[in-house]
This record gives sequence, structure tokens and C-alpha cells, in this order.
Amino acid sequence: MNQDEPSGPIVRAAGLVKTYRPEGAAPVHAVRGVDLTVARGEFVAVTGPSGAGKSTLLHLLGGLDRPDSGALWLDGRQVDGYREARWAELRRNHIGIVFQFFNLVSNLSVADNVELPALLAGRSPRQARAARGELLDELGLTGKENSTPGELSGGEQQRVALARALVNTPTLLLADEPAGSLDSKGTREVLRLLARFHQRGQTILLVTHDARMASAADRVISFFDGQVVDDAHLGGGRHRPEAGVADVLKLKG
Amino acid sequence: MRLPLLALLVGGPAHGYELKQALENLLGAAYPQPNVGQIYVTLGRLEKAGLIEGEDVEQSDRPNKRIYRITAAGRETVDAWFEESTAEPRVRDEFFMKLALAPHTGTANQIALINKQRRHYLNTMRDLSKLAAGEDRENRVAQLLIEGAMLHLQADLDWLERCQEELE
Ligand SMILES: Nc1ncnc2c1ncn2[C@@H]1O[C@H](COP(=O)(O)OP(=O)(O)OP(=O)(O)O)[C@@H](O)[C@H]1O
Ligand SMILES: [Mg+2]
Repeated sequence: MNQDEPSGPIVRAAGLVKTYRPEGAAPVHAVRGVDLTVARGEFVAVTGPSGAGKSTLLHLLGGLDRPDSGALWLDGRQVDGYREARWAELRRNHIGIVFQFFNLVSNLSVADNVELPALLAGRSPRQARAARGELLDELGLTGKENSTPGELSGGEQQRVALARALVNTPTLLLADEPAGSLDSKGTREVLRLLARFHQRGQTILLVTHDARMASAADRVISFFDGQVVDDAHLGGGRHRPEAGVADVLKLKG
Repeated sequence: MRLPLLALLVGGPAHGYELKQALENLLGAAYPQPNVGQIYVTLGRLEKAGLIEGEDVEQSDRPNKRIYRITAAGRETVDAWFEESTAEPRVRDEFFMKLALAPHTGTANQIALINKQRRHYLNTMRDLSKLAAGEDRENRVAQLLIEGAMLHLQADLDWLERCQEELE
């Protein structure tokens, strides 16, 4: 049964369950009944310990893995019954994904890595080149067009992955640890970029261990053992910023 | 407060208000700034202890101001300060006590406590990000101060995650 919701949120998941059944090993209950809504333009961070099921959840939302049960709507379309071909089309045109382990094509240049998804989505080479130029510029990667991923630093690779995910101006950006192994300064860089795209209206679901990145989001979801244990809206409520900050600085000063 | 003021006076004599401004310029808006009253009280104590000397300077249009200069004993105190290693930030003892004692009260739930604390830290983290964005980018010292606070907070959050893993 298909029930589209034309004016619905960007993401609505109801009762998502994913259990991995590796051969000869005990089943892994990676996602155990998740309800989740992400509104248009919202920036949501998901945090939680290693193995909690964050990447699995993100993969379910991007159709890279199929749930055992539960329903999923993306921008109003019910997608949980989609076959691979329709998912692939949906991803090409509407979902940008930054993978936890980059997944850049190692024998393609930076320029080609970024242009490829645009070409696959049916844009002309000229449009793809223009979009790529703009993004690389914005991400501080001008001059690296002809390098291959292996010739880049970790931080540069992360930014190329971000450019690739954003090149088709996706409805939804799914980013899995986009500052994964970066140091404090590199993390701040990626964070600045995400915040900038968010300000322009990009809907973002970010998986991260880094609280600084998480705190840039509007909402932080704590994920433990395949379940949402807390869903906190930040910046609201009645806390007194100055006092809080002063306390931290004083304590640590 | 005492030692930072002394250290500032190593650079040359100054009066109370100048010292307040020097501190503000150095540390930026993020650091809880002492008010001018606290500074005068501290300077009074330092003078009594013989670490600085004050001298009244007449001003034509305003009341006299007192200019302070550091003494040899003061200088030694500053040197000793830089010589000794600094204690690490202390652990979050009060929250830890709540967490440890929650099961004994029967009313407070440990996971709820952790969630609440996490929200608090995340909001503080957000405030720090805003402060960093508002602070002059060129003020390296102020930016580093905020970055340090954020990294400490990150560690606190990681630790909360560990607590939750163990107690869930
Ligand atoms: N393809 C798979 N086959 C079998 N088990 C899997 C598979 N993918 C993930 N798992 C298991 O599912 C659980 C959740 O994994 P997942 O990668 O979603 O965690 P995570 O929260 O992203 O962790 P991390 O922070 O380390 O990236 C883990 O126990 C993992 O071993
Ligand atoms: Mg993961």
C-alpha cells in the first residue's frame, strides 16, 4: 500500500527495524524500532557510541540497506517498498551521502569524483563542471582538481566527499562522520561548511561522535543500542548562556 | 586573579583600570571578567603582601589614581608561578556524586540524569561556538581559550556516553 504525503517532512520513519544475520554468528539487532522525523531545513545530529547502529540507520534512510520492518517517507514519498533501481534514482537526484569512509573513486581525479554524480543525474558536462568549480572553490579545494584522492590529506578528502554529496543540491544530506579522523582544526573547518549550507536551507542528518559538530545542529538525537534514547532541541529552553559558559571557562581556567 | 595581575605588572606599572582593560583585551569576551572592584581589592592585598607598590598620582580633573609597580618579591612570585606545573581540570565531581547516589534515593533515574546533563553540555557547547564566532578571529588567545573549553566539554560528553553504556 502506497501512502504518499505530499506536504510531509523531509524524513519520516516509523518503526524501523534492522537485524543483521551473519552466517554462523548470532543476529545483530542494529536498529530496534526507530521513529524519526526531520523537517525541511532542519539540521539533526545523531550521536552515540560505536556499534550503536548509527551508520545502519543512515543507510536505511538512504536506501543502502533495507529495513526488516517499518515504514519510511522521504519528502512525502513512501519509499520503503522501492526496489534498488528506484532507490538509485532517488539517491542520484535527491539524496547526498557522505560515507563514514569517504568512498571516493581512487583512480578518478578530484574533479571527476565531484562531477560524476552530476553527470549520472543527467546534467550536461558543462553544468557539471560549473557546479564542481563552484563547490571546490567554496570548500577551499581550488587547485586540487587534478589530484587523485590518494594525493590528498584526510581533511581534503573529507571535503571532496562533501562536495560530491552536495553537487546535485540534494533535498537531504546524509553525512556519516564527515570529519571522522580530523583534528580539532579540521573538524571546525567541516563544521563551518555544514553550517553554511544549513543556513542556505539544506536539510542535514549528521552522524557524529564530535559534540562540537553535534551542537551546531538544531536537534541532537542520542542513539544507544539501536534505539533513540534522547531527542534534544538545542538553543531553546531557559538556560542562561553567559552563566553556563562562564562556569565552564572558570572551572577549566 | 592575583597571579594574572602580577604577571601583567611585569610589563610595566599600571593603574587598576588599565589592568582590567589589558585582561579584557588579552582574553576576549569568553573569559569571565572580574569587575573593577575585585581588581582594586586584589591590588590592595598584593600591596599589603609586598608584592607590588602603589603610588598616588595627582590628576587635575579627577581624583588621584594609584599606579602600581611590581616589587622584587612580586617578580619572584610570578617566576615561581610559571615554574610550577598546573593542576589538571578537576573531574565533574558534583554530577558524578549525583550519578553515584541516584540509586540510593530511589527517586532520581541515572539515565534521565545523564540525558539531562548531556543536553546541558550540548547547549553550553553551542554557546561556546557562538562565542567563538563572535570573538575577533585575530585574537588567538581568546580563540584558543574557547577551543580548550570545547575540547574539555567534548571529553565530558564522551565520558557521559561511557556512563550510559555501562549503566543502561
Ligand atoms: N553488514 C553487516 N553485517 C553484520 N553486522 C553488521 C553489518 N553492518 C553493521 N553490523 C553490526 O551492526 C551494529 C551497528 O553497526 P553500525 O555500523 O550501524 O554502528 P555505528 O553506530 O555506526 O558505529 P561506529 O560509530 O563505530 O561507526 C554493529 O554491531 C555492527 O557490527
Ligand atoms: Mg558508523
